[in-house]
Amino acid sequence: MKSDYIIEVNHVFKQFEDGQYALRDVNLKVKKGEFVTILGPSGCGKTTLLRCIAGFQVASEGDILLNGEDMTSLPANKRPVNTVFQKYALFPHLNVFDNVAFGLKLRGVERTEMDKRVRKALKMVSMSDYEYRDVDSLSGGQQQRVAIARAIINEPEVLLLDEPLSALDRKMRADMQLELREMHKKLGITFIYVTHDQEEALTLSDRVVIMREGKIQQIGTPTDVYNEPQNCFVANFIGESNILDAIMKHDELVHFCDRDFDCVDKGFGEDTEVDIVVRPEDWYIGVIDTQNDSKTPWQLTGEVQTCIFKGVHYEMTVLTENGYELVVQDYKQFLPGVKVGLLVKPEDIQVMKKERLCNTFEGTVLADNQVEMLEEKWDIAERTADRFETGEQVRVEVDFNHINLQDDEEDGTLSGEVRFILYKGDHYHLTVRTDDGDDIYVDTNDIWDVGDRVGIKIAPSWIRLYKTNTDNQPA
Amino acid sequence: MKHSFNHRRTWAWPYLLFLVLFVVLPLIMIGIYAFTDSQGHFTIHNFVQFFTKSEAINTFIYSIAIALITTLICIVLGYPAAYIMAMKSFRTPQVMAILFILPMWINFLLRTIATVELFHMLNLPLGEGALLFGMVYDFLPFMIYPIYNTLQKMDKSLLEAARDLGAGRVQVFTKVILPLSIPGVYSGIIMVFMPTVSTFAISELLTHNKITLFGSLIQRSFGEGGITMWNYGAALSLIMLIIIGATSFFGQKEENADNMIK
Repeated sequence: MKSDYIIEVNHVFKQFEDGQYALRDVNLKVKKGEFVTILGPSGCGKTTLLRCIAGFQVASEGDILLNGEDMTSLPANKRPVNTVFQKYALFPHLNVFDNVAFGLKLRGVERTEMDKRVRKALKMVSMSDYEYRDVDSLSGGQQQRVAIARAIINEPEVLLLDEPLSALDRKMRADMQLELREMHKKLGITFIYVTHDQEEALTLSDRVVIMREGKIQQIGTPTDVYNEPQNCFVANFIGESNILDAIMKHDELVHFCDRDFDCVDKGFGEDTEVDIVVRPEDWYIGVIDTQNDSKTPWQLTGEVQTCIFKGVHYEMTVLTENGYELVVQDYKQFLPGVKVGLLVKPEDIQVMKKERLCNTFEGTVLADNQVEMLEEKWDIAERTADRFETGEQVRVEVDFNHINLQDDEEDGTLSGEVRFILYKGDHYHLTVRTDDGDDIYVDTNDIWDVGDRVGIKIAPSWIRLYKTNTDNQPA
Repeated sequence: MKHSFNHRRTWAWPYLLFLVLFVVLPLIMIGIYAFTDSQGHFTIHNFVQFFTKSEAINTFIYSIAIALITTLICIVLGYPAAYIMAMKSFRTPQVMAILFILPMWINFLLRTIATVELFHMLNLPLGEGALLFGMVYDFLPFMIYPIYNTLQKMDKSLLEAARDLGAGRVQVFTKVILPLSIPGVYSGIIMVFMPTVSTFAISELLTHNKITLFGSLIQRSFGEGGITMWNYGAALSLIMLIIIGATSFFGQKEENADNMIK
């Protein structure tokens, strides 16, 4: 059975011995000859996914197909894929030639044929004169080239690359990126590339797969994921961005920063809460001419707060008159204190569906106006006896801005750790993971850092209870 | 003066003094004694005596043979043990390692005496078998530890790389693990072979003095032979030193060659 896809990953889960999931329902289809990059922060499961494809780890659930045939249980040495390892993993007891020839020797390829192919592979990575050098005497970049030659000599159908350039310096990395791109064209085989460097992913790939906490967030071409991120995580992770809370008033009209903006997005319904992204380079910025103010119909006006030179462009933060802080990039310099106006084109506003509008938890009603949720007891303002029976299962909702974070974790009903921070122009949107592994989302004006330990408090009056069988209807 | 006193090199002086008094000086004395007679005149008679006396030569060859057999048994027993400890994901590899290494920390005389008692208890005869058992028992940890160390420090991604390139389990072992663990095996050989060549207490205790090893020969020359035998004893010591020196030199050379050729 032949398939259109060389690699198919279907509903793959990977659970480690400690019970943690490294992959949750991962689905990915890779076409023959494609250059696909798996991108994500450390611990997002990207390396685990690659190792499952290579055969070093076995998926707990789901299957992995190669050319339409199941290879989930095939051991690594029987798979027609080869890997370039992060730290090269060259055999220190073999010289360059024998490292590259390792795979051929195992298959019993005869000497003259082997010589020919090794030389060809070394030529491919521009390491022709190094055959008899000790691998330890090579620089990092040279070792990486040998590792690539060693992996491609078996003529694999898929080449897996696990952060192959992460140990190289910046300049060398840029050179190797170009060479990898060239090599991919020349070889015509499929590359699956893992990296945490978003610039690298955008430069190299035909398609980018963005992962977070074991789940795929978005799959698309580099331009797609940059221009049309599907959620805040992607928008924040790829490139720089202004992410703001907004309301989609109706098709092609969105409201944010207390203004209405024309946009090109449709189908979100009317008066729907959404997130929007505007890339810093998509703002048009200009000095407000106080003499002749009516000339330009500025959409937003404000004052430049900071200005830094970034090489090609300047990056300014602008505080708008209605209190939003925006990042703006321009080739021209606008010094702090200058009054400026901002414009944005409708097509440069990317509207995204909100993943959630408030925190929702499962809870159990207790006696004495208490509810049990997140494995703790919480006081609530409502007289529970009016609507619920003791022991009844309920849905609990709390708004993002009504969760109170405490410096001292002892002061909270619950304690947790700040996992993710998103700046939304006038406030921060935090993801706080409790010690039991639940996520709580918090809007706050206070500045926290990722990794901060916090106490979590919720005032009794802000905890709303709903019957589990009804929808958003408060009784 | 102050400057030189604060210099780090100053701290090495006490040890240097120790080295000169108890290592260099005795070596020189062994050399002098080996090439003189009891009157202090230069002679090579001591060496001639060794090479012409078949008893001494035979003891020498026998000792080397026993040491080689001991070393071989230690490799055969020690390598798999080290391999299992280093490779298998035991819940508590440290506990395993300590269990294997623990005997190293107990005085070998105590262990040898315990072995004698064990043989008595089990009604087993003392002799060559007991000697080999005792030597292996005493020196096995010195084989396991260096092998375990090299295996444990080995970059595990090398094993994945080998599998990735098509090697089966056996090939991963023969093409990667074994060649990379050779330096550990060499250290093990040196640490086992060298002390077994010069051992005497173990052989005396475990064979009731029935089997004489080269170490015992030297010990007797100094201990029982009185001052007249010291020159002969010194010559024997010198021969043993040359053998030990050659072993360690051979070991180092092999290690280097191993890195170069393969």
